[in-house]
Amino acid sequence: MDDLYREVIIEHYKNPGYRGELDPHDFSFEDENPLCGDHLRIDLRVDDAGVVTEAAFSGHGCAISQASADLLLESVIGKSLDEVRQLTKEDLLELLGIELGPVRLKCALLSLKVLKAGVYGLGEAPDSLVED
Amino acid sequence: MTAFDVSKIRADFPILQREIHPGVPLVYLDSTATAQKPRQVLAAMDTYYQQSNANIHRGVHTLAEEATALYEDARAKIARFIGAASPAEVVYTRNTTESINLVAFSWGRANLAAGDVIILTEMEHHSNLVPWQMLAAERQLRLEFIPVTREGLLDLDEYRRLLELRPRLVAFTQMSNVLGTINPAREIIALAHQAGALTLVDGAQSVPHLPVNVTELDADFLAFSAHKMCGPMGIGILYGKRALLQAMPPFLGGGDMIKKVHLRSFTTNDIPYKFEAGTPAVAEVVGLGAAVDYLSAIGMAAIEAYEQELIAAALTQLNDIPGLQVFGPAAAHKGGVASFTLDGIHPHDVAQVLDAEGVAVRAGHHCAMPLHEKFNIPATTRASFYLYSTPQEIERLVAGIRKVQKLFG
Repeated sequence: MDDLYREVIIEHYKNPGYRGELDPHDFSFEDENPLCGDHLRIDLRVDDAGVVTEAAFSGHGCAISQASADLLLESVIGKSLDEVRQLTKEDLLELLGIELGPVRLKCALLSLKVLKAGVYGLGEAPDSLVED
Repeated sequence: MTAFDVSKIRADFPILQREIHPGVPLVYLDSTATAQKPRQVLAAMDTYYQQSNANIHRGVHTLAEEATALYEDARAKIARFIGAASPAEVVYTRNTTESINLVAFSWGRANLAAGDVIILTEMEHHSNLVPWQMLAAERQLRLEFIPVTREGLLDLDEYRRLLELRPRLVAFTQMSNVLGTINPAREIIALAHQAGALTLVDGAQSVPHLPVNVTELDADFLAFSAHKMCGPMGIGILYGKRALLQAMPPFLGGGDMIKKVHLRSFTTNDIPYKFEAGTPAVAEVVGLGAAVDYLSAIGMAAIEAYEQELIAAALTQLNDIPGLQVFGPAAAHKGGVASFTLDGIHPHDVAQVLDAEGVAVRAGHHCAMPLHEKFNIPATTRASFYLYSTPQEIERLVAGIRKVQKLFG
């Protein structure tokens, strides 16, 4: 537990820096993990050069999914959309800094799935977006 | 809890002796998902493979005869255990889900037509919802649902009104896997019969935890799984009244379910073999037989009474925790299941922190999404008890929950 709920995760869960909604936004996408009822929406604003200037997430979920969304959005500010599209599962796990079993991995990856589905302009968020 | 020697029972379950993390013993509170297995069950399956393994029926060599005898002896034990009139009324399947699908596929397709009504309840497990949804879509059937009250009980007044629709079948769980509610099965069945409907009882939770007698209930079908009653995974039972099973067309086709096969036709075997195509899970059947022996020796009434004491103690302690809400009725109406929410804390986080304390609980919708929708909650944390659970384990659960609140508070 000490591993899974590292201070950084509890901190981002309790005091997220990127919680909210952006209206208007350039990209927005939402999806859920039906297994646990987690629901996540991510909004982005980008400048003319296609660089992310603002990001926000809303919805509800467990500490892992919420902290993962907050850390992820923190990391994409200043990145180009191309760089966002290339984010991988490993990038996200590095941000979280924890080892996750198969069940909790789904919680952690929901944010990356939603983010990538948004910037790719997809109608849905398939698991293949976050697989190796 | 004097007559019930739980420490003696626990000694029979090897897995309960293990530490889940170094120095942290296992507190297994997930028996509603699957029960642990006593060494008697494991030994019976092991002995079967080491001494008697062979394919059953038609073999004339000694091993085939031994394996067949073990397979059929278990059927007779199971028939006695549930009060069936004959072993021929006991069909082996893979699990409760397959048993219900068998009835939907075989009885349903032979007997139901557009406009026919099936009554289910709002507290069903997906296994007693989806097969009927599939059949309803295929045959244009009408599904109706007995509502669940705020207290977690079935609304029987509304049920009486629904019966005026002259349903063909009433399919309901005898014990909810989320709320723990023990439904008045005998009354539900009697009312259904008065209205001319047949009944299917989902006994996945009730058969492992209380005395269930199909003759006393007058149930037409009863479905349950071995793995929730200390037996192995992969074997389940469908009980059906003889005349119903005899009139039903077969389910899967293949070996053993036939009497004669020609190139373009076949004749079906007698019940119960008509529904048992292909090589069955013989070792698992043997394990289920051993589980029935094990539970019978302790006594289902004694198990039910012990679990009643456990759930009453658990509810008292859980209801004392600020911000904790338990779903379902008071202890008098339920079995050993406590599903709860903690204000502001996701069930996944509850379950994860409890796991670090060695406490195994389940988090999610427990394959009952419509019921969670009804209560307007995405998920719950569920602690469930069985004959090997102890009051000390409830105390460790409560201490763990306080730790969760401290971490996320």
